Amino acid sequence: MTYTLQFRDVFASWEYLLQGVVTTLYLSSIVIIFGFLIGVICAAGRIYANRVLRMVIGGYVEAIRNTPLLVQLFIVFFGLPGFGLRFDATTAAVITFTVNLGAYSTEIVRAGLQSIPRAQIEAGFALGLSGPQVFRYVILSPALKMMFPALASQFILLMLATSIASQISVNDLFHAASIIQSRTFRDFEVYLVVGVLYLALALIFRVAFALIYKLAFGRR
Amino acid sequence: MIREFGWIDVFYLVAAARWTIALTVAAFIGGGIVGVVMAVLRVSGIAPLRWFAFLYVQVVQGTPLLVLLFLFFFGLAIVGLPVLPWIAVALAFSVYGGAFLGEIWRGALQAIPKTQWEAGSALGLSFTEQLRYIIVPQAVRVAIPPTVGFLVQLIKNTSLAATIGFVELTREAQLTTASTFQPFAAYMIVALLYFLLCFPLTQWSRHLERKINVAA
Repeated sequence: MTYTLQFRDVFASWEYLLQGVVTTLYLSSIVIIFGFLIGVICAAGRIYANRVLRMVIGGYVEAIRNTPLLVQLFIVFFGLPGFGLRFDATTAAVITFTVNLGAYSTEIVRAGLQSIPRAQIEAGFALGLSGPQVFRYVILSPALKMMFPALASQFILLMLATSIASQISVNDLFHAASIIQSRTFRDFEVYLVVGVLYLALALIFRVAFALIYKLAFGRR
Repeated sequence: MIREFGWIDVFYLVAAARWTIALTVAAFIGGGIVGVVMAVLRVSGIAPLRWFAFLYVQVVQGTPLLVLLFLFFFGLAIVGLPVLPWIAVALAFSVYGGAFLGEIWRGALQAIPKTQWEAGSALGLSFTEQLRYIIVPQAVRVAIPPTVGFLVQLIKNTSLAATIGFVELTREAQLTTASTFQPFAAYMIVALLYFLLCFPLTQWSRHLERKINVAA
């Protein structure tokens, strides 16, 4: 092994890396917020809605969970323009990832909601709470605490998966790597640095989620 | 000259599924070997080995698979191996699968009560004998449903191999798109093929999980 790793040129392009980190963070944050909302709505729908709606949501979840994210992204970005639905790369990525995360969150939230014992729900009604109140305070709040760890790891996986957006030319962290690579030819070094940056982001996310957990559920 | 999108393209896409399956099998074998080692290290009595396995899992699970693929692809030349996509893909997926399978199997090993280990040691069995005759036979039952679940993840993630030029389902769809200009048809067919591969496994995993919960 005579090859010496040289990082100087990679670090000289730190502006691209910074820009990439910002885009990845921005992309992940939007997707996590909307994906989680879809998850809560669809999970509630999958349990409480009528038969037809339950089947539609079930179909959505299974279709998304059994096909690759990359193919979903290509369908939205390359396939839908054929029907007049044209998105720029970032929008296509946000739509695809949100729909994708929504399906995974639905399953996690559903499992959480269903883990609340029936007697507890009945107790809520016995105290005179309305249906939405029971859902909000008796079912969702304790269920959230239970499903939080699973959701947090799903969100981190999503953040890492946003690297796929680079394949349709979104300027995320992974895309920054390809730009630097084509300018410096330090391919291995670039991807090593970017890998470390993703690792750091994953760590930051984990700490942030632990803090949120503590703030939201710690006192009780 | 742009061709029509015809049955021949569908056949080519279906045929490309064999490379997705082959890649999944290879990744599962490679990842399985790494995974077994990591899981055993995690429950071993030697602290540095436990730390190493822990660090391995954390690092790999905190890195996008895409980065692993590119690192191995460009790393091949550095260590003097031929730069062939399939070598990079096989290595990257083994490393990736090893981290996730290692974590799943560690969970299964640790689901077995500590008293079972202690009973084994009271009978004079060594660490490997306890593992072999007492812990693993019980842990396998716990491990199978999430392992099948991960297999689904693996099938889907093999699509990323397309990014470094390994021709499997997704890459074949890209090639078909390039010559027919019918991206929607090509990617929808490929999505359907992935679904046909994954959905039975998802259902099977769910079925196994239910069976275990009933038995427990």
